Amino acid sequence: MSETQTPPAAEGRKIPAPAVTIESKPFWDAASEGKFLIKRCNACGEAHWYPRALCPFCFSDDTVWEESPGEGVIYTYSVMHRSPTGPYAIGYVTLNEGPAMMTNFVDCDLSKLEIGQKVKLKFQPTEGGPPVPVFSPV
Amino acid sequence: MSIKGKAYIMGAYEHPLRDAPNKSTPQLHAECAKGALEDAGLTKDDIDGYFCAGDAPGFGALSMVDYMGLRNVRHTDSTETGGSSYIVHVGHAAQAIAEGKCKVALITLAGRPRQNKFGFGGGAKPGQLSDGPPEAGFENIYGGSTHNTYGMCAMRHMYEYGTTSEQLAWIKVAASHHAQWNENAFLKDVVTVEQVVNSRLIADPLHLLDCCVVTDGGGALIVTSPEIAKSLNRPKVKVIGAGESPKGPQGGRSLDLTHSAAVWSGPPAFAEAGVTPADIKYASIYDSFTITVLMQLEDLGFCEKGQGGKFVADGNLISGVGKLPFNTDGGGLCNNHPTNRGGITKVIEAVRQLRGEAHPKVQVPNCDLAIAHGTGGSLGVRHGAGTVILERE
Repeated sequence: MSETQTPPAAEGRKIPAPAVTIESKPFWDAASEGKFLIKRCNACGEAHWYPRALCPFCFSDDTVWEESPGEGVIYTYSVMHRSPTGPYAIGYVTLNEGPAMMTNFVDCDLSKLEIGQKVKLKFQPTEGGPPVPVFSPV
Repeated sequence: MSIKGKAYIMGAYEHPLRDAPNKSTPQLHAECAKGALEDAGLTKDDIDGYFCAGDAPGFGALSMVDYMGLRNVRHTDSTETGGSSYIVHVGHAAQAIAEGKCKVALITLAGRPRQNKFGFGGGAKPGQLSDGPPEAGFENIYGGSTHNTYGMCAMRHMYEYGTTSEQLAWIKVAASHHAQWNENAFLKDVVTVEQVVNSRLIADPLHLLDCCVVTDGGGALIVTSPEIAKSLNRPKVKVIGAGESPKGPQGGRSLDLTHSAAVWSGPPAFAEAGVTPADIKYASIYDSFTITVLMQLEDLGFCEKGQGGKFVADGNLISGVGKLPFNTDGGGLCNNHPTNRGGITKVIEAVRQLRGEAHPKVQVPNCDLAIAHGTGGSLGVRHGAGTVILERE
């Protein structure tokens, strides 16, 4: 369990517990151990996000979990100012494995975020659920 | 037009499980789809029509189309009539095929009531398993709202094409010029580019005045056969083309937030109508945010991709001033966005224009051809586009 003591991402914006399904449970179990998993298809070789039982590219049901270092670049972002708990940044990261994923950017100067910036994953605690993947500039 | 002889059922599959504790509901839908496709000897890229009812978790068909990676869907139908839905869907699929709206329709049903300890709908209590929309756990945690998911599109559009906040502001300025004549408009004051870009930031790079209004209210439409239309004492507005499409991240590969599903809903609508964007006299364009308008204008072909900023600048959308009068009621940006769904008001103002019943200050002279186009859901995540081309007869 890597229940890190990192302060909440958005200066007080609490991240709700993610909705865990029977299909996504292995991802969240791994997240609770500090491991970031993505899904890859054995049939076409492609990695995808969010993880699915059937490959969204070729529809094969031969998909497998793969640990990822969680590195990539910012595809886009938006700093949300209309927030009672202070500004926070939502965005998409293009992982080095290929797929893009929605996330938050944390522990950084939100006014200095840039598209194309290299980022690295960390896990953020949630309200009573497994930690969720967020990113910080490298 | 009759459906008789126009459509065939060529694939069918019943899932073998009767107790499915280890599969999610979306997974069961996908496995059923895969089974029916294999039975038919088709692949998922052949599917261009998707039909589902309330058992499919998510926002209509949007979650399931995205989950299954159905990239070529150009017709969706989530008619809900309980257990009979799928029989109704066969009839609707035959209609759609007969009309050329799709060629290969997929109908799915799946669920797991035996696992009713799981909440349906995605809201999970900590420690409990959910069985809602498949994307929920990976997206709903990040504080996404309509504002910041559209903000992400604007940010990327600016990065790729050099679009500016001032250009986006012109869209609001044009809407406000129209709203000043609408006595029911929620916001009637004419605003300037400076006022828009100096209004407070809501979600980077969108300012307060880049956002539509929040209003109560509603609207309704009556669509009739030609015979009934002829019998009524009102100007006739003919529907001459329609197109639709969903779009989502679809596995995260080649994510492109600078275009909307209008790139797929527009061309079939124009083709069916036998007209081009250059022929359009008036455009109702969904304006949840200024960026929504800009992207849709590009995607519908009113200008080249990336040139939307230049196209909307300098009052080009203002009736009587620019080349493409848009949202002459003041649109969602100034007039009305009833219950956060602006599609119906887009059609209503197009009808007013085609009847010659818009406000005289904004009425387009000889307005005989109009478009109404909308985006529902979120441009920055998954959304559905609808386009109709309307003609005065």
